[in-house]
Amino acid sequence: MSTLAAISKPAYDLARVRADFPILAREIHGRPLVYLDNAASTQKPRAVAAAIVDCYEGWYANVERGVHTLSQLATAHRERARETVRRFLNAPSAEEIVFTRGTTEGINLVAEAWGRGNVGPGDEVLITGLEHHSNLVPWQRLCEERGALLRVAPIDDRGEVPLEDFERLLSPRTRVAAFAHISNALGTVNPVREMAGLAHRAGAIVVVDGAQAVPHMTVDVQALGCDFYAFSGHKVYGPSGIGALWGRRELLDAMPPWQSGGGMVRTVSFEKTTYAEPSHRFEAGTPFIEGAAGLAAALDYLTTLGLPAVASWEGELLALATERLLEIPGLRLVGTARSKAAVLSFTMEGIHPHDLGTILDQEGVAIRAGHHCAQPVMQRFGVPATARASFGLYNTPGEVEALAAALRRARELFG
Amino acid sequence: MNDLRDLYQEVILDHNRRPRNFGTLPRANRLAEGHNPLCGDRVTVYLDLADGRIQDVAFEGSGCAISTASASLMTEALKGLTVEETRGIFHGFHELVTHGEEAGGPDLGKLEVFSGVREFPMRVKCATLPWHALMAALDGKDQPVSTEQER
Repeated sequence: MSTLAAISKPAYDLARVRADFPILAREIHGRPLVYLDNAASTQKPRAVAAAIVDCYEGWYANVERGVHTLSQLATAHRERARETVRRFLNAPSAEEIVFTRGTTEGINLVAEAWGRGNVGPGDEVLITGLEHHSNLVPWQRLCEERGALLRVAPIDDRGEVPLEDFERLLSPRTRVAAFAHISNALGTVNPVREMAGLAHRAGAIVVVDGAQAVPHMTVDVQALGCDFYAFSGHKVYGPSGIGALWGRRELLDAMPPWQSGGGMVRTVSFEKTTYAEPSHRFEAGTPFIEGAAGLAAALDYLTTLGLPAVASWEGELLALATERLLEIPGLRLVGTARSKAAVLSFTMEGIHPHDLGTILDQEGVAIRAGHHCAQPVMQRFGVPATARASFGLYNTPGEVEALAAALRRARELFG
Repeated sequence: MNDLRDLYQEVILDHNRRPRNFGTLPRANRLAEGHNPLCGDRVTVYLDLADGRIQDVAFEGSGCAISTASASLMTEALKGLTVEETRGIFHGFHELVTHGEEAGGPDLGKLEVFSGVREFPMRVKCATLPWHALMAALDGKDQPVSTEQER
């Protein structure tokens, strides 16, 4: 085996960072937890829990329209959280940030509120072969409903979307190009800027599923040149059940409401209702107030550590893990893009991914086994499922070694 | 590792590596498919049923070690049994992998190697998939069966 000498240290104090995540100290089946399911969901730092407790114990009330102090405080906290999201994405204005339940809801919002008014019979929606079901099914439903055609830019053997294929599938009928910034199943980082440029030249709007990218790299929606960008709080060390959608102001302005009820209206009578401006137009009902506070705390935590430092540390872990996994007999990596996030999907000859998942769990190692909500990706690579180890900012080289050791135990057991 | 050896007993690993009665059955007069779309396990069970007895049985498909070995050992256990005996074994097997062996239940023979499955609730559906496909074949159901709602 090669040495560990090649790996450098993170720019932050890893031991202190790990101490910020109390769950990392627990044991699973009598062994230290090795949490490598970060692409599914991330663990939470104390700061996130503290922000939620602070909301409940210090300033909780319903937001908007309240005259009393707590309601004003809660509204201010929520709008501060919106500003935190704006800054995190470098969006031009906080009014372009819509709080959602997560990436899935953000994409559904665009597919319905923008799609229904702008995609008609004979029009086309272009996605790619590496999409999570959440960036596939809403478009498929829209196309079925509107008589439009769903086109899919294929992925190659590395799990990359060749730009010439993407470009070839764009046409004057393409109304939307929707694609992931980073593939959850393969780790591929898409060249969003180039793809957005091509799509805009064809006259399409660009919707980016940012769920996997936001925790791992600096995202600047203006530099990317997209029109909508959706992400989830729970994948970025924040609470589950909250996320955000950024949309270009002129597009949001022209969109009808999505869900309707309280909070999204200006005037209501039995004859006619007028609607609030974005972003409130798209936020019907009492929102997840404490969730927004938790999300802001998570984004602040990441900003303090520094996303470049996180990205560079995860790059080190990816390189080490790739090397260690390829040393294991019969292991095949699925997804070998040249630009890749710290996600390793793999199969092992003679051992089904679900058996691997069970065996690794007994060793305290949490990975995911299955189709990762990307069944077409599995079909593309001719596998029913893969095992997937995905790394986060708190993972260590020792955990890479624990993964490799557990995979060797599996190899021993299955012969 | 001890717990793992309880689940992955040598007999199970052997049947996973070299499944018995694997393939189609030309004389089959019943067949049914089991499919767990969430995990991707797929199994087709073929039966040659005559005079109220399973004359022959085979399976094909792909899945994890637990579902493959379960299908393989199932085919070995069933040859020559009557439909009633088969239903009894099905219930006995189901009890074995969910609660442990039933007092007064049928003699499960080699199928006892699946007793470790009950410690792994997420894997019960793997062990029972081929058995539910078998029951669907016996009952002449033509919809694929799934065990993903089962615990």
